[in-house]
Amino acid sequence: MSLLEIKNLTVEFKTAHGGFRAVDAVDLTIDEGEVVAIVGESGSGKSVAMLALMGLLPWTATVTADRMAFDGRELLGMAAAKRRQIIGKDIAMIFQEPMTSLNPCFTVGFQIKEVLRRHLSLTRHERGRRAVELLGQVGIPAPESRLSNFPHQLSGGMNQRVMIAMMIACNPRVLVADEPTTALDVTIQAQILELLLMLQRERGMALVLITHDMGVVAETAQRVVVHYAGQQVERQPVKGLFRYPRHPYTSALLKALPERSHDRRLPSIPGVVPGQLDRPGGCLFNPRCVWATDKCRTVEPPRHDGGVGGALCHYPLDEQGEPTGREAEAIS
Amino acid sequence: MAEATTKLDPTPRRESVLARELKEFWYYFSENRTAVVGLFFLIGVIAMALLADVISPHSPSDQYREFAELPPAWSAEGRIEFLFGTDYAGRDMLSRIIYGARLSLLAGGIVVVVSLFAGIALGLAAGFFRGVIEIVIMRIMDTILSVPGLLMALVLVAILGPGLENAMIAIAVTYLPYFVRLTRASAITESTKDYVVASRVAGAGRLRLMFIAILPNCMAPLIVQATMSFSNAILDVAALGFLGMGAQPPMPEWGTLIAENRDLILSAPWTVTFPGLVILLTVLAINLMGDGLRDALDPKMKRS
Amino acid sequence: MNGVPVIQAAGLSRHYEVRRTFFGSAGTVRALNDATFTLSAGQTLAVVGESGCGKSTLARLVTLIERPTAGQLKIGGIEVDLASAGERRALRRTVQIVFQDPYGSLNPRHKIGAILEEPLKINTDLSASERRERALEMMARVGLRPEHHQRYPHMFSGGQRQRIAIARALMLNPRIVVLDEPVSALDVSIQAQVLNLLADLQEEFDLAYLFISHDLSVVRHIADEVIVMYLGSAVEHGNRAQIFSDPRHPYTQALLSATPMADPERQRHRIRLSGELPSPFNPPSGCTFHPRCPYADERCTRELPEMRDAGGGTMAACHGIEEDRVPHIAA
Repeated sequence: MSLLEIKNLTVEFKTAHGGFRAVDAVDLTIDEGEVVAIVGESGSGKSVAMLALMGLLPWTATVTADRMAFDGRELLGMAAAKRRQIIGKDIAMIFQEPMTSLNPCFTVGFQIKEVLRRHLSLTRHERGRRAVELLGQVGIPAPESRLSNFPHQLSGGMNQRVMIAMMIACNPRVLVADEPTTALDVTIQAQILELLLMLQRERGMALVLITHDMGVVAETAQRVVVHYAGQQVERQPVKGLFRYPRHPYTSALLKALPERSHDRRLPSIPGVVPGQLDRPGGCLFNPRCVWATDKCRTVEPPRHDGGVGGALCHYPLDEQGEPTGREAEAIS
Repeated sequence: MAEATTKLDPTPRRESVLARELKEFWYYFSENRTAVVGLFFLIGVIAMALLADVISPHSPSDQYREFAELPPAWSAEGRIEFLFGTDYAGRDMLSRIIYGARLSLLAGGIVVVVSLFAGIALGLAAGFFRGVIEIVIMRIMDTILSVPGLLMALVLVAILGPGLENAMIAIAVTYLPYFVRLTRASAITESTKDYVVASRVAGAGRLRLMFIAILPNCMAPLIVQATMSFSNAILDVAALGFLGMGAQPPMPEWGTLIAENRDLILSAPWTVTFPGLVILLTVLAINLMGDGLRDALDPKMKRS
Repeated sequence: MNGVPVIQAAGLSRHYEVRRTFFGSAGTVRALNDATFTLSAGQTLAVVGESGCGKSTLARLVTLIERPTAGQLKIGGIEVDLASAGERRALRRTVQIVFQDPYGSLNPRHKIGAILEEPLKINTDLSASERRERALEMMARVGLRPEHHQRYPHMFSGGQRQRIAIARALMLNPRIVVLDEPVSALDVSIQAQVLNLLADLQEEFDLAYLFISHDLSVVRHIADEVIVMYLGSAVEHGNRAQIFSDPRHPYTQALLSATPMADPERQRHRIRLSGELPSPFNPPSGCTFHPRCPYADERCTRELPEMRDAGGGTMAACHGIEEDRVPHIAA
């Protein structure tokens, strides 16, 4: 049985201009100890999906799913109090901005001990000891002296480590990291990613890494899920994704990376991600897809099975990067 | 060279920019029911002031000596021509209240406008130039703030002489610090932003940076403060009028109405109750509206 | 290097006096030390580094927002310090800037047309209709439609706003454009569009770009020459091909090694830097990189290294290179 099972998750927001579907029929299955990356650009709904799992969305959001289960227990209809016992303890989440994720009014030690107090029953002395232990495990030098520091006294990288320490305090079985290194410098980013992978290995923790950086994905993930405009357009093991992308969006995204280009001009993807007011009919990617046909513009694409990368496309790409089954159709 | 982006940009809007912004503003504002009620009440009062000549049953200065101190129309001795009764000189209360709306709204408006303009100028100077200029301006503001508002207004009016115009100036001075502080805080925050640096790189001079680049971005808290000051101004003008230092009789300013009928508070309570009620309701309406305005203008509360 | 030199910087430094407590105890923040480079028309010089390396300070000096505390800056052959007020005004038109944050660099209360026409209004005496015409022309060139002229910034996406920012920078026909992390805040697909636009504009107008970035994959794509900075000083300076194929300075090696590559099959030599970026208030003695350097020795803690020829056309400031202690890394 999988550790985390999400089927057909949809999130809709109420706004001044009508409803907005931020996440559309997303599936996700995580097993123990796996490292999965959720990749997408802005507006792809990658963060919203995980926030929905954690129950962190505002009241304007409507969350529906066929199944959203952790360790076999259905989270969707669960009472808030019961849910809080799981969130933070068995499922933990770290965020992008370390400077704003920590409460600036309280010391770092207080915030770590708060997590311990909430979820574990330890004596005050034990909590103190465990806090120092945790800070040491995340690679903060001289941890005892850091307990009384405030977040603004620490650098971004240190704050992120503190955040990680807080989140692993209760030995979670799943850690969701939402763009954990985007706001950090490159050398610090490398340190933090290494830390996350080390913790994942040592504790057998599953790691869900949300990012827009394909380089980070290539170096850390085992499996990748690609999001576009709220939908999952491709699901593949990491090597397969980079070698043989199956969805035109994934393929175009990889081609647009500067490091994969050889001329002065990059093969860019024309157009922009559809927002609330300009969602196309049929396949959401069709206005920007070089292979789009009339069928793509009117009929919603089917999801193919794992062999074709779980691609949400009428004509998923083959190993030569050409769309399959398209020759028969009229080209527009 | 311009790529296919032009073809694939979001669909052009059919309504104008302003219409869309107003629609969005109304969406957030109208969620607050009491704010909408306040807004309509205020519109009603303004309409009443504008149409005073048309809707008022009598002139506010006509004295009907034989009907002095007549109770309101629904009591036994009342007459229908004098709906809210008459005051000590036989003048119709309703008419005086309707015409009084003009004075109170005008006085409140002028106070806010004067205070706002002066406050913005001083606040921008303090926030933009910093240094000695800031220190001098802010310490003066601190001094104004350290004296209770009404007391300071009284002192100023005592120096300048009683009357509605002097009352307005005095009250405007006591409101200055609020506007100065708000503007200064916004100016400091905004001047560090990239778009201000961009204007500097384009060669913008100081005045242009202050008034054209920075000021429009400080307006939201200022609008809210102006609304609240408007209601306070009406109250303060009425208070000064009540104390005999503001509008002088026979001007039908609401506070003055209460002052001149002060002795009748027990024998003819309607002469002070109705002006008092009108002040209460108007100030309440403006405050409710101001609350809704703040919520609607606060970008953090926006959801789309 | 073909092209006319448009910027010649020699020993540029910018120090800030900071009062630490109310009662004095001033400290000096050495935001930029001894920057020396030449930028020619049609070329792109990339300045690479992490937080606190001084790249933003350099941008502010080159765009004449701040004056250097030491050193010489020549723009278009005119020395900035000795220029008259009129010359300075003209110089200002030669250098323009595009910022990192597409959401903060446009005044949210001004329409796009006003934003684009502002530089013209301040610096030229074109009529309103002439200004409007120029604005529309520039908008078309960067891929915007005429109806965008009357819209507000918040109605545009990040990529479109960067296009507007680029258009604004070009309104005065500058010869030099300073690009301060222009694509860092953009998604990959939009990044590609904007990079293409920048390349096209550079060719069309023979622009010189000072491209500031921390993203080495972008730098590798767009730069002709690269300067790597650490804590206010340049540590390595060379042409793009050389820096990326054979980085000499240990910091450059670590930086390249730490940059994630979008290729899961590639085995990389991992150089892990320990420790945090030091604070510019309290820089380490001698070579500022020594606490984190795998090859540091006693001399490095005492003596600040100078920029010297490190072979292959690169300059680097490192004792270890001189003494042959730093190995070549195939990046």
